[in-house]
Amino acid sequence: MLYALKIATRYLTASRAQTALLVFGVAIGVFIFIFMSALIGGLAEFIMMRTAGDMAHITIQAEAVDPALLNPAALGTVLLVQEPSTKATAILKDTSAFIPLIEGLPGVKGISQQINGTGFLTRGGQVTQVSINGLEPGHESVIANLASYVTEGTANLGAGGVLLGKTLVEDMDLTLGQTVRLQSSSGVVAVLTITGIYEMGSGGPDRRQAYVSLATARTLFKLPQGVTRVEIKLDDLYAADALAPQIKALTGLDAKSWTEQAAQLLDALKAQAQTGYILKAFALLTIVIGVASALLLSTYRRRPEIGIMRAMGAGRWFVMVVFVAQGALIGLMGGLFGAAAGYGVLLAFPSRDSFGPGQSGLPIDIRQGAYGLAIWLTTLGAILASILPARAAARLDPVTAIGQ
Amino acid sequence: MTALLEVRDLVKTFGSGEAETRVLRGLNLAMQTGELAALLGPSGSGKSTILTILGTLMHPTSGSHTMLGLDLTTASDRALTEFRNLHIGFVFQFHNLLPDFTALENVCFPTAVREGRETAAARLRGEELLVRMGLSERIHFPTANLSGGQKQRVAVARALMNRPELVLADEPTGNLDRASALQVMDLIGEINREEGTTFLISTHDEKIAAQCRRQIVVGDGLVTG
Ligand SMILES: Nc1ncnc2c1ncn2[C@@H]1O[C@H](COP(=O)(O)OP(=O)(O)OP(=O)(O)O)[C@@H](O)[C@H]1O
Ligand SMILES: [Mg+2]
Repeated sequence: MLYALKIATRYLTASRAQTALLVFGVAIGVFIFIFMSALIGGLAEFIMMRTAGDMAHITIQAEAVDPALLNPAALGTVLLVQEPSTKATAILKDTSAFIPLIEGLPGVKGISQQINGTGFLTRGGQVTQVSINGLEPGHESVIANLASYVTEGTANLGAGGVLLGKTLVEDMDLTLGQTVRLQSSSGVVAVLTITGIYEMGSGGPDRRQAYVSLATARTLFKLPQGVTRVEIKLDDLYAADALAPQIKALTGLDAKSWTEQAAQLLDALKAQAQTGYILKAFALLTIVIGVASALLLSTYRRRPEIGIMRAMGAGRWFVMVVFVAQGALIGLMGGLFGAAAGYGVLLAFPSRDSFGPGQSGLPIDIRQGAYGLAIWLTTLGAILASILPARAAARLDPVTAIGQ
Repeated sequence: MTALLEVRDLVKTFGSGEAETRVLRGLNLAMQTGELAALLGPSGSGKSTILTILGTLMHPTSGSHTMLGLDLTTASDRALTEFRNLHIGFVFQFHNLLPDFTALENVCFPTAVREGRETAAARLRGEELLVRMGLSERIHFPTANLSGGQKQRVAVARALMNRPELVLADEPTGNLDRASALQVMDLIGEINREEGTTFLISTHDEKIAAQCRRQIVVGDGLVTG
């Protein structure tokens, strides 16, 4: 083995220019592999941060419940009149009973208790339908980082304050500090002061969302206790699928992972990852074909020598190892050079932490370069590529190979 | 002298059908240990064919081949490879050495390939052989830079490396000028006398053949003299 390796190394160093060119070619393939890994990985992270970053990872939504019948149906026909506001009775009552349980779970970063509903915002003669989001003061930025989106005023929701999107404010010709009328679907009206204006950059929330304090929402929706929704943020958003059933088991509430609602986003990311796999597979295939053809040429050129070695008592296995070792060495060297070059070039790109909103350029994540995998796969690919030429060399008839 | 090898009724045909050429037609030959024999015959008479069969690099179409009391006609490739390594040395006319290795590395090859590495003992023997071949100045020379005569002397040293019983040389001096050819033949004669190594040397050169104690002439696929 050791001796076969010596012969292989000598063969590679003997034709230095050819070997250098081959290693260079392999290194380019490895570089593409690493660049694609970092780009696709970084892109996925970027998209996640821009979308999933602002959404709840696990949501507990109160189910709409029918009002309880005071008079059991068995006693006769009951005529029920349901007011439009009964939806608001869909509440999570005993928050103090289950919130501490969820808070105690490992991986839970933050919890936001909310009362959500719809209503109309009125200023003068203008009326716009809005979603009303009642958040706990001090917990405004637990799910979406509202504080970072505020362009005027503050994200802090005090009693009597409302936080509106920039598009809505512009559409209705409002300014910070003005008062507006907010009428909930339960029919309650509150007069509120605009204490903050935010801009998320995506049309929907900026046009439709009105944030108020939880206390204001309680009044608006006539909910003296309980909430309509609990949103949970995790340290690792991919832990949601595992944690949601755990919360469900712990509290008996219907906890849903974000992945249930974000199927499209996940599909897109999966498709993107697959594109990456295909590109990487092509990079590897190029390496394999390059190594295989170079070694095939080399076995042809060294036919007489192979015959001599066989005549001197080198077995087929020995010849095989000489050529496979050449492939392995080329793969390893190309892998190392390619990985080093890849790392060097990726260093020149802005770091991942500066991905935030409003950033331009490629969101490359240097940590997702998959360097070890690239080196390992390249060496493996080069070994596989060398098997065919090596077998051909090992099977050569020594007499015809020597060609006397 | 003891019997070293014997071939009986050796037949070798190449190709089949119309293109079939019958090169050996029932050739018989026996050699004793310590012989120095020349293999003569016109071009195309089958000298190289005989040497490759005796060297276990090729199977005969029919007939028997024994050496050192072993039947080699039916042995496996693996067994023949090992047999060659231990008992047979080769010197060819062209393409004799590995060009990317030094003289010493070439000479050590037959031992190193068996032992899995170049041992100090192997290097020592290799150096001794090269000195004996008059190449003490060329031990660490890349063989690509050697002259034709020097190359053939390295090849003889390599053929002797594992102390084989038989050395087969196919026109070892065919490419050399008269002086170099005689030098190589002198060295072969010396090794044969001192170590008792058996040599079978194919040649077209009567003067070279005259240096051997036995002349084997082939013609028409048979030994004719
Ligand atoms: N692989 C082969 N296929 C077909 N014919 C072959 C093959 N090898 C040898 N021959 C034929 O066998 C015959 C004997 O060849 P061989 O090389 O043994 O002759 P030779 O005596 O060594 O000749 P020379 O003195 O020219 O070297 C020739 O006619 C040659 O064409
Ligand atoms: Mg010949």
